[in-house]
Amino acid sequence: MINRLRKRSWLVAVYALLLGGAFFSLIPLYWLLRSSLMSMAQIFQLPPIWIPNPPRWSNFTKAFSVVPFGRYYLNTALIVLGVVSGTVVTSSLSAYAFARLRWKGRGVVFACLIASMMLPFAVTMIPLFVGWSKLGFSNTYVPLIAPAWFGGGAYNIFLLRQFYMTIPRELDESAFVDGASYLTIYARILLPLTRPALIVVGIFAFMGSWNDFLGPLIYLSSSSKYTVSLGLRMFQGMYNAEWHLMMAASAAAVLPVIVVFFIGQRYFIEGIALTGIKG
Amino acid sequence: MVVGTGTAIRRKSAVVAHENRAGWLFAAPAALGLALFTLWPMMASLYYSFTNLTISGKASFVGLANYRNMFSGNDLYFYHSLGVTARYVLYSVPLKIAYSFLLAMLLNQSVRGKSVFRTIFYLPTIVPSVAISMIWMWLLNPDLGLVNEILRSFNLPTSKWIYAKDTVIQSLAFMSMWTTGTITVVFLAGLQDIPRHLYEATSLDGGNAWSKFRHVTVPLMTPTIFFNLCTTLIGSFQVFSEAYIMTGGGPDNASLFYVFYLYREAFTYSRMGSASAIAWVLFIIIMAVTALVFKTSDRWVFYEGGR
Repeated sequence: MINRLRKRSWLVAVYALLLGGAFFSLIPLYWLLRSSLMSMAQIFQLPPIWIPNPPRWSNFTKAFSVVPFGRYYLNTALIVLGVVSGTVVTSSLSAYAFARLRWKGRGVVFACLIASMMLPFAVTMIPLFVGWSKLGFSNTYVPLIAPAWFGGGAYNIFLLRQFYMTIPRELDESAFVDGASYLTIYARILLPLTRPALIVVGIFAFMGSWNDFLGPLIYLSSSSKYTVSLGLRMFQGMYNAEWHLMMAASAAAVLPVIVVFFIGQRYFIEGIALTGIKG
Repeated sequence: MVVGTGTAIRRKSAVVAHENRAGWLFAAPAALGLALFTLWPMMASLYYSFTNLTISGKASFVGLANYRNMFSGNDLYFYHSLGVTARYVLYSVPLKIAYSFLLAMLLNQSVRGKSVFRTIFYLPTIVPSVAISMIWMWLLNPDLGLVNEILRSFNLPTSKWIYAKDTVIQSLAFMSMWTTGTITVVFLAGLQDIPRHLYEATSLDGGNAWSKFRHVTVPLMTPTIFFNLCTTLIGSFQVFSEAYIMTGGGPDNASLFYVFYLYREAFTYSRMGSASAIAWVLFIIIMAVTALVFKTSDRWVFYEGGR
């Protein structure tokens, strides 16, 4: 009896803390949405109103008309497309070489790759900026996209390599004996079997690129080339007292990542579970 | 027969050479990327740090002048930004680690709706940093923000949060707790790897929940804590966007983080040489702190398989 009571109160405490954490995670997002649908007068009302009535969708059209956010969405989409495709293609190719092929220097290159994850971006930032400027690529999307086509980051290569290593080697060895080339083995055996991992890498690349602030800030100087993040920052400079419009613009910037997160969530969790098997 | 083995060996070495070539070919994007976007810039940055390079590209060798300028205190902001960043690290790292560990522990209990809670806890982590900044500027607004409004309704003292010199660092550290989704997921994976029989053995020995936590969970989680501690430390030393957007380094340079100071040196004042020296000092500090954590690790990190 006492034991059951103790168990019950333990569960109550766990749920209370879980709900507290959920509250902390969700309230700022709810507040963003709520404020984005209010008039200036409603937003300044005290005590605060929790549900906008009536919801003012016009904040969104207003925010999109004072700053060309439509254009910034297209610009960002273009960069994201370049980054995601580059990352998925080149990180999977490289991961194949690290997981499956024996070549001289593999250990050294892989160790350098892993070590590079510790290097602060601040160290490489300046030479890269100077280098891209010298090549005439400042104020273009090239510096933002090109690195993704060269391996797509150590973390993604490492993640895919771990996945490839969970797939039985006999599969590609028997294909090799049957005369399949390395490219065929990679494209016909490993890629289809690691689709969830590729999607996870794609989502990571999407989010990294969509959320990137420092890269566009350094490289893009003309406002017609801005990304959503930079546009939002510019918007803040112009309308810093009009919280309802700022929240509408921010909500619009958050929406795409939330949509992608929920679409990809199944693969996301599947992917994490797969790494779990490896232990 | 001898000839036969010879051909076999020759054929074998042809296969090896072929595989070697294929390996390099497949790894070429990563290897080139490593050389072009990591190794070369690293060396270039080290070289720049001994020059007075500007944004226009003119440079002459100045020896240790950039470093001397920083360490002698001639540059007012070097020690200042270092102190600001150190304080932020000291507040935010323990907060983030403790909070995400608690969340992971909760998610590891046998409760309903686990995956829903996990999704909710992860959600803020995917929000773009500019939007995070906007949201929290609004929440922490001293007059109209929700946080002060909640405090007022409980008759608690309010604060000026990011808008006052002596609370800005703590506020930004508190805010950083909002985006701990990745650390939480890593902790949860670690917790799920703890073998059940260890808990059962503790129960049989009459151990309560606390002794299970103290003698099973904590020791077996030390490698995961160690990993999260290292990555969070490295990340926290490089905090930038939030301060850049929310406070502009203010009020009165109170949130002028180290990377912000570096950014300003490079892209506002166009002193690329000096900024490179600043970057290298950061690199050395990060390596030293990580090495320190590694050094203490054999005293508190427990590896199941032994060392």
